[in-house]
Amino acid sequence: MKRLHVMGLVLAAAFCAAQAGAEELTGTLKKINETGTITIGYRDSSIPFSYLDDNQKPVGLAIDICYKIVEAVKKELKLDKLEVELNPVTSSTRIPLLANGTIDLECGSTTNNPDRSKQVSFTNTHFLTATRFVSKKASKLNSIEDLKGKTVASTSGTNNIKQLTEVNAARNLGINIVPAKEHAESFLLIETDRAVAAVMDDILLASFVAGSKNPDAYVISTEAFYKPEPYGIMLRKDDPAFKKVADEATAALYQSPEGQKLYDKWLMQKIPPKGLNLNVPIGAELKKAFAKPTDSADPDSYKAM
Amino acid sequence: MNYHWNWRIFWEPAPNGTGTYLDMLLSGLLLTIETAICAWIIALICGSIVGVLRTLPSKTASRIGFLYVEFFRNMPLLVQLFLWFFVLPEVLPNAWGLWLKQMPNAPFFTATIGLGLFMSARVAEQLRSGIGSLPRGQKLAATALGLTTAQTYRYVLLPMAFRIVLPPLTSEFLSTVKNTSVAITIGLIELTAQARAMQEFSFQVFEAFTAATVLYLLVNIVVAVAMRFVERGVAIPGYITGK
Amino acid sequence: MFANFDFDVIRRSLSYLFLDGMTFTLTLTGLATVGALVFGTLLALMRLSGSKPLVWFAGIYVDLMRSLPLVLVIFWFYFLVPYIGQWLTGSSRPMRVGAFTSSLVTFIIFEAAYFSEIMRAGIQSISKGQPAAAQALGLTYSQTMRYVVLPQAFRNMLPVLLTQTIVLFQDTSLVYVLSIPDFLGAASKVAQRDGRLVEMYLFAAVVYFAISCIASFGVRRLQARIAFVH
Repeated sequence: MKRLHVMGLVLAAAFCAAQAGAEELTGTLKKINETGTITIGYRDSSIPFSYLDDNQKPVGLAIDICYKIVEAVKKELKLDKLEVELNPVTSSTRIPLLANGTIDLECGSTTNNPDRSKQVSFTNTHFLTATRFVSKKASKLNSIEDLKGKTVASTSGTNNIKQLTEVNAARNLGINIVPAKEHAESFLLIETDRAVAAVMDDILLASFVAGSKNPDAYVISTEAFYKPEPYGIMLRKDDPAFKKVADEATAALYQSPEGQKLYDKWLMQKIPPKGLNLNVPIGAELKKAFAKPTDSADPDSYKAM
Repeated sequence: MNYHWNWRIFWEPAPNGTGTYLDMLLSGLLLTIETAICAWIIALICGSIVGVLRTLPSKTASRIGFLYVEFFRNMPLLVQLFLWFFVLPEVLPNAWGLWLKQMPNAPFFTATIGLGLFMSARVAEQLRSGIGSLPRGQKLAATALGLTTAQTYRYVLLPMAFRIVLPPLTSEFLSTVKNTSVAITIGLIELTAQARAMQEFSFQVFEAFTAATVLYLLVNIVVAVAMRFVERGVAIPGYITGK
Repeated sequence: MFANFDFDVIRRSLSYLFLDGMTFTLTLTGLATVGALVFGTLLALMRLSGSKPLVWFAGIYVDLMRSLPLVLVIFWFYFLVPYIGQWLTGSSRPMRVGAFTSSLVTFIIFEAAYFSEIMRAGIQSISKGQPAAAQALGLTYSQTMRYVVLPQAFRNMLPVLLTQTIVLFQDTSLVYVLSIPDFLGAASKVAQRDGRLVEMYLFAAVVYFAISCIASFGVRRLQARIAFVH
C-alpha cells in the first residue's frame, strides 16, 4: 500500500513537472491522477441504462456515456493509461458509496432531484422519466387510487419508493409497500404475483414488460406519481473541476450526432442479452435537453416549448 | 471526514407520514421483536421434539433427528428464506402457491417459519447435549421406578436438561433476534431495513446505523438481564446451575 | 412439478457461478478465517492478559460484535471502511476500497469476536501447570504462548474452529445485500435476469448444502480421531 502511495506521489510529481504552470489538481481528478484508476458504479438491472449482459458485463446507455467521460478525464489529465474499475451498486448503496470514495461515477438510472442535489452532483441530463406502476391486465388496476390496500413492490432507495410512500401517506391509501433490492426483483414480485403492482421509472417498467415471458399480460399506468424527472450521471458534490470535465464531455456528446446515435443504439435498436427492441423514440423534451445540455433538477425546466 | 452529522434527524418527520424517523426505527424494532418471538416459539417446539428424538433409544428416531438437524444446519439462512419465499410457492399446485403469495404479511410469515425452523436445528443440538450431559443414573433410576419413556422425559430428563441449557438457549434466542435482519432480503421491514430506509430517505447513513446498533444492544442487554433472573428463579438449590 | 424446469439455465451459467461466484465466496471464506483467527486470538490473549484496559477493550469489542446482526455490520462497514482507511493512512480523502476488500475487512472484524471466544476457551482448557512449567524453563510470556499454549489450544479447538469456518462460509452469502457477486449473488443475478428463480435458488441450496455437509462430515471424522488419540 505504502509502495503504491509513493509510486503515486512520484507519478504525480512527474505529471506536475510535465504540466508546469497547469493549475493544481483537486478532488476526484487529483485522486484519478494519483491512482491511475477511475471507478464506475453500475447497476444489475436498470435496462437499458446500466445492466449486466450475458457475460455479466455492465452495459447500457449510461455506461456508454460514462466511458465518454472517462475518455475526457484521460485527455484532461494527459494520461497514457487509465484503468477503469467496475463496482456494483444498488439504489440503496449508490449515494453512500459515492460519498465514501468507493466509486467516482455512478452510471445507472439515478433521478436528479432537488433532495439528492444537496448530497451529490449530476452531469447533464440524459433521459427523462416519470414514476408509474405496472400491473397485470387481469387485475384491472387503472389509477393510483386502485392500489388502495394492496401489496405493491418498489425498489428500496429509489425516488419511486419515496413518492409511493408519500402518496400513500397523503391520500391515506393503506398500500402495503414491499421494498426490493433491485429493479429486477421488484418486477419479479409482480410477475410471480407476490405484489399486484410494481412502482418504478416508466422506462424501466417498459423494458421489464418487453423482456418478460408474456409482455401482453402487463399494463403500465397512465397516471404518474409525479412529473417526468431527469436522469443524470452522479458525481461527488463540491468537486467543480471534475464536474466541469464531465459536463463538457457529456454536453459535447449530446450536441453531436453521436448523442442521438447512442440514444438510438439503446432505445431504438435491439439490445443484449435477449435482442429486445424498446422502440422509445426520443421525446421533444429530451431533444431540447440534448440540444441545450443542462443539469437542472427542476422537472419544469424540461418542458418543450 | 467530510460527512455532515445531523443527530437531530431522528426528530424530523419521515416521508411515510406516520411520524418521525425515530418512530420509523422503533416500529422496525417492534417488528424485529415480534418476528423473533414467533420464530423462537417455533424453534423451541420443533427443536425440543427433534432434540428428544436424537436421544431416544430407537435408531430410526435418532436418524430422523440427525437428518433434520443436518438439513437445516447446512444451508445458509438466506438461502433457506429464498427457498421458502421464492421457490416453495412455485412448486406447489397453482392455487396453493397463489394463496401463499397473496397472503398479506407474507414476508412476516415466511421469516417466522423459515427462521424458526433454522433455529430449531440449533435448539435441538443444545437440548441433545443437555440431555447427554445428565448422569446416566437418572434415566436408569427412572426406568427402575417403572416410568415409561415418555414419563422419564417429562418428569426426569427434560426438567433437568432445560435448566442446564438455559444459558446457551438465551444466546440462541439472541441469535434469533439478530437473524431476523436476514429477512430484509424478502421484504420484511424490521429494524435493519428501517435503518436502511432512513438512510435512503434522509441520506444520514451513520446516524441511522448508529441508532439501529444502539437498539440492538439494548435488546441484548434487556434479554441477558431478564434471563439471568429466570435462571435464578428456576435454579434447583444444590444442583448444577443453582450453586 | 419439474415439468417446466429449465436445467439449461444452470448449465449456461455454470462458469459464471463457479469461476466468479464460488471463487469469490471461497477466497473470502479462506482469507476471512485466517484473518479472524489471528485477530480473534489476539483478542483472546488481551482478554486473559490481566491488564485492565486490554481486558475491557477485548470484552466490549467481543460483546458488541456478538450483539449485532451481521447484515447491519455489513452495511456499516461497506460505508465506513473507506473512512477508516483515510483515518489510518492520514490521507486527505476516503480510501478507495473495493467490494472484496471491504467484505473481507467486515468478516474479519465480525468473525474475530466469535473466533476469540473459541480461542479463549481453548487457552483456558490448557492446564495451569503448562505455562508454569514453561516459565520455570525461562520462556518469556510471548514464547510461552507461541510455543506451548497456543499450539495446544489451537489443536484442542480445531473441530470447533472448523465448524465456525463452515458457519462463516454460509454467512458470506449475506454480501448478497450489497449486490456483490458471491456465489449466491451470482445465482440471484442470473435468476432475476432470466426469471428462473426456482432453478437457480434450488441449485444454490444444493451446492451450499453439499459443501457444508462434506465439510461437517470431515470435521466429525477429525473429532473422532482426536478423541481417539487422547
